[in-house]
Amino acid sequence: MTAIDAAFRRLRAERQKGLVVYLTAGDPTPAASLSYLRAAADAGADLVEVGVPFSDPTADGPTIEAASRRALSAGMSVARSLELVRAFRKTHRTPVVLFGYYNPFFRYGIPGLCADARSAGVDGFLVVDLPLEETGEAVPAMRSAGLDWIPLVAPTTGAKRVRAIQRAGSGFLYLISVTGVTGVRETLPRGMAAWARDVRETARLPVAVGFGISSPEMARKATRHADAAVVGSACVKIVERNGRAPRGPAELSRFVTSLKSAMR
Amino acid sequence: MPDREGHFGAFGGRYVAETLMSALIGLETAYRAARRAPSFRNELQTMLRDYAGRPTPLYYAARLTEKARGAKIYIKREDLAHTGSHKINNTLGQGLLALRMGKRRVIAETGAGQHGVATATVCAKMGVSCEVYMGEEDVRRQALNVFRMRLLGARVNPVTSGSRTLKDAMNEALRDWVTNVRNTYYLLGSTAGPHPYPEMVRDFQSVIGREAARQFRKAEGGAPAAVVACVGGGSNAMGIFTPFIPDPGVRLYGVEAGGLGLASGKHGATLSRGRIGVLHGSKSYLLQDAHGQILEAHSISAGLDYPGVGPEHAWLKESGRATYVSVDDAQALEAFDALSRLEGIQPALESSHAVAYALVLARRMRRSETVLLNLSGRGDKDMGILMERKEAGS
Repeated sequence: MTAIDAAFRRLRAERQKGLVVYLTAGDPTPAASLSYLRAAADAGADLVEVGVPFSDPTADGPTIEAASRRALSAGMSVARSLELVRAFRKTHRTPVVLFGYYNPFFRYGIPGLCADARSAGVDGFLVVDLPLEETGEAVPAMRSAGLDWIPLVAPTTGAKRVRAIQRAGSGFLYLISVTGVTGVRETLPRGMAAWARDVRETARLPVAVGFGISSPEMARKATRHADAAVVGSACVKIVERNGRAPRGPAELSRFVTSLKSAMR
Repeated sequence: MPDREGHFGAFGGRYVAETLMSALIGLETAYRAARRAPSFRNELQTMLRDYAGRPTPLYYAARLTEKARGAKIYIKREDLAHTGSHKINNTLGQGLLALRMGKRRVIAETGAGQHGVATATVCAKMGVSCEVYMGEEDVRRQALNVFRMRLLGARVNPVTSGSRTLKDAMNEALRDWVTNVRNTYYLLGSTAGPHPYPEMVRDFQSVIGREAARQFRKAEGGAPAAVVACVGGGSNAMGIFTPFIPDPGVRLYGVEAGGLGLASGKHGATLSRGRIGVLHGSKSYLLQDAHGQILEAHSISAGLDYPGVGPEHAWLKESGRATYVSVDDAQALEAFDALSRLEGIQPALESSHAVAYALVLARRMRRSETVLLNLSGRGDKDMGILMERKEAGS
């Protein structure tokens, strides 16, 4: 059982919904980024998703694209993202999912990446441009290193394909709430609830809903038919507003607390 | 042919967000059905003839040959195709496919604007709405094509992220597609991107090579010793290479953008200087740093200013079937002048790279040998850049 499995098991036992907080590694600097991660975990995030910045983030909207740019200017890379996780692990046991695009991982070298991620304290990978058909090179290596490969399903994914994707993944199933890129949205898309319910009924893995969830109210609604909500761009916006100022992690902490209490 | 998942050897594939997978699978199915359907093939053939002006001529460039003092140079005149480049071959094919699929909204990326113009043209003809993403830098340096697209009724969206060139235009087109995938057809302009685009665009462009092979046989009684084409994403090169690939007697040369010189680091020579990676949906060679971040390409020609390259070219390089070389900005400008003065043909700056290498190659070959040069587009769109250069006295 991985740390991610354990986290969802605990949530289920406590009849709680999970909160996954996304932050871009090294945004705006590696040191500040560590403070934000710690603040999120201390305020009750059940999992943290650490985004490895990429120069061409085609699945991301303007908020995370800008965060990636800030992180890259601060010299962030896969190796430094792993250092960040290692530093976070010294003080926190919160499961960590490393999020990213395939090219930086591929360039780092998949076997070395799995070994180094494992030793840094990473629990799973979420690779946004690695669909089921292209998993052959990386996913077996991740699995044999004891790391989860978190699969994604989208509103455009048919039911049969959802089942095939689930079988290949572990940890949890990431349900993309909208056809679109990441980014803060005002409301949850219509039809999302019914779809999430359908997927969850047959799901072997816990289901986390993400993309566009930006407020405590939306997080509460989104997890009516899911086990967890992922909040990304709304958290990144707090980093964007505050940068390295000490009030930044405090603001993130208040936001995470408000999300958690709405989901209770 | 690629395998079922679109791999050319170790290259290609579909590295995209899950949201796009069903669209790509649907596109592949629709394309395979269309390719088999006589109605689709007939309609495309008729359009290529009556609308695009095919076959384009094969022209023996006597004065250019004289200058090289070597192999005879034949030019495949894609510059004479409707809209001024080979791009129309692909946009007609995919445009008809979009109609068959019932899509009423088309999006495209463009670098030099040639693919954008060809897409806007086909959309105007077919009565569907068209949005083109174009890097802000390219909007500036290819202003004439931007104006043409707007006159054709297309919306041109300048892209301000990254290097503001073709790579960033493609990022933005992918973001649009991921958002509007249910009603939108992404008309990709090169033999790049996720499967089935590299295969499909190659198929639509192969009409260039099929015509050229036939015309060449008639003119010279055989196959050329060498074929030369410029390579950005690689569509005109795949178009002319494809029918010659099975013939080991024909050497294939792809010419990449050398920019300010390979040593300067400011170039678009992906196959010569890049490393294997994944960008825009496929695995191929890429200009990237040690950490897997994509580098900015540089070329005087917007169409070659791209840090990636189509996966089939990566495969042709790896297997040794084709050779990839580079020509820098200055050599391309010289070649533009040479073709203008000697033949009265003004090539696009992209195509000028192929002209420059054809001269180098012909010079090294025997007079009894032949070179087939693909002149992928005409140079009207580049007059602004050329005026700036001449006024600066370079």
